[in-house]
Amino acid sequence: MKKKILYLVNWIVLIGSTIIVCVVLGVILYDIFSKGFSSVNWNFISELPTEGMTKGGILPAIIGTTLLTFITTLFSVPFGVGCAIYLNEYAKPSILTNIIRASIRNLAGIPSIIYGLFGLALFVQAFKLGTSVLSAGLTLGLLSLPYIITTAEEALKRIPISMREATLALGTTQFETIKDIVLPKALPGILTGIILTLSRAAGETAPILFTGVAFYINGLSFSVNKEFMALPYHLYMLSTQHQSIEQVRPLAYGTAVVLILLVFILNSIAFYIRFKQNSTDY
Amino acid sequence: MEIKLSAHSLNLYFGKKKILKNINIDFDKNQVTSLIGPSGCGKSTLLRCFNRMHDLTPDAKIEGILKLDYLDIYDKKNSVTDIRRRIGMVFQKPNPLPKSVYENLSYALKIHQFSSKEIPQLIESALKESYLWDEVKDDLKKPAVKLSGGQQQRLCIARAVVLRPEVILMDEPCSSLDPISTNKIEDLINSLKKDYTIVIVTHNMQQARRISDKVAFMYLGEVIEFGTTENIFKNPQNELTKNYVGGHFG
Repeated sequence: MKKKILYLVNWIVLIGSTIIVCVVLGVILYDIFSKGFSSVNWNFISELPTEGMTKGGILPAIIGTTLLTFITTLFSVPFGVGCAIYLNEYAKPSILTNIIRASIRNLAGIPSIIYGLFGLALFVQAFKLGTSVLSAGLTLGLLSLPYIITTAEEALKRIPISMREATLALGTTQFETIKDIVLPKALPGILTGIILTLSRAAGETAPILFTGVAFYINGLSFSVNKEFMALPYHLYMLSTQHQSIEQVRPLAYGTAVVLILLVFILNSIAFYIRFKQNSTDY
Repeated sequence: MEIKLSAHSLNLYFGKKKILKNINIDFDKNQVTSLIGPSGCGKSTLLRCFNRMHDLTPDAKIEGILKLDYLDIYDKKNSVTDIRRRIGMVFQKPNPLPKSVYENLSYALKIHQFSSKEIPQLIESALKESYLWDEVKDDLKKPAVKLSGGQQQRLCIARAVVLRPEVILMDEPCSSLDPISTNKIEDLINSLKKDYTIVIVTHNMQQARRISDKVAFMYLGEVIEFGTTENIFKNPQNELTKNYVGGHFG
């Protein structure tokens, strides 16, 4: 009897936590979509902002965020995956590699605003890249590195040692084994990590605040060494910094909808890759 | 009898722990030699010394001289990839590559730069030698993991055979297979013996008896007794060997 009650309590607590999480998510999504969906239409995503941003669309911010994410990817993926391969495949367990691993874990815990300040000091000032898409992208790249390294290392770790032994015993070099067997097999896991990390980076505001994001730019800019507009900052600005907040509120909600949809699309791709992997798992 | 593979004064440590103790053993050319002994006696560890699989284990330390013909296996001058090409290995659990049946065999051939003209021929004959050809010839593009366990293991043997090694090391190749597949693999080992020197680790004493010319009994990291199959099973000299082959422990 006592056991039965205990079991019931456990069940209620667990299902309760799950429901609470889902309800919170549901309320947030409902709130944003109900208020913002009406302002999202083709013009909203294909036009420049006009009349002091009280009208028009958010095209420059979409382009800015896309460009920014692209640079982040270009910087963080090769370094991150390379580092993960080194740590998991080559590095012998030693104090040094333990220090490297601990540092990477710690990097992941640093508040994003600190990355912003660091990017300002390093990329904007020391490297003289100015406040630009490039500086901001590199800063976000730094922020993404620890996540990409950690997830890629986990993906590599899941490849059983027997798989490596199979080819090594045939007289392949370690490099060939990694290139031909380990990486292709770990790729879905690595990609999932990359996409989840990037979708998070795309929504960051603090690191780009000092390194290149602008309140407003004139016209469309595809240049990597100029300032840019970005969705999360645009949202922040519309909802707190604008003179006529009431007037731009629907636009702010619309921006939030676009940002959420963007992240949602990225996450679905990650989900799809994982699903594909599970269904073709060897 | 010509000696193909040998270990002399071999000691192996994992960290501070001594796993193999002063092993001296010679494997004859074109013969099947079984390593038997209770779990944890070091038979697999010994086997893996010959193709330097312990290179992957950071804290493994090896002393002694291991030779393939006159070649010193652990000499820094000799490339490990070349040694592994000459000493093939089949593992306990079938571990086909996540590729098609055909690619499982072509992969190593390409790595070792066989000409693309001879590759199909080599693959066909390796599959025939491994008694797998008839079962897979119509669908060589099939993913190797879709084969049955026994077929996978024969594919792994074919994968080792396709490179024309001189020695094939087998680490309990039948331990995860059913009796019918085991039977096929034993036949296969028997027929491979004319071209290759085979060293096989096995848990199964009947199997050792059926397939091997010589048997080495190992216990706690030492070779206790080494001799012809007949002598080891019918007339063991050592008390431990007698008890083990008599089924009193293990």
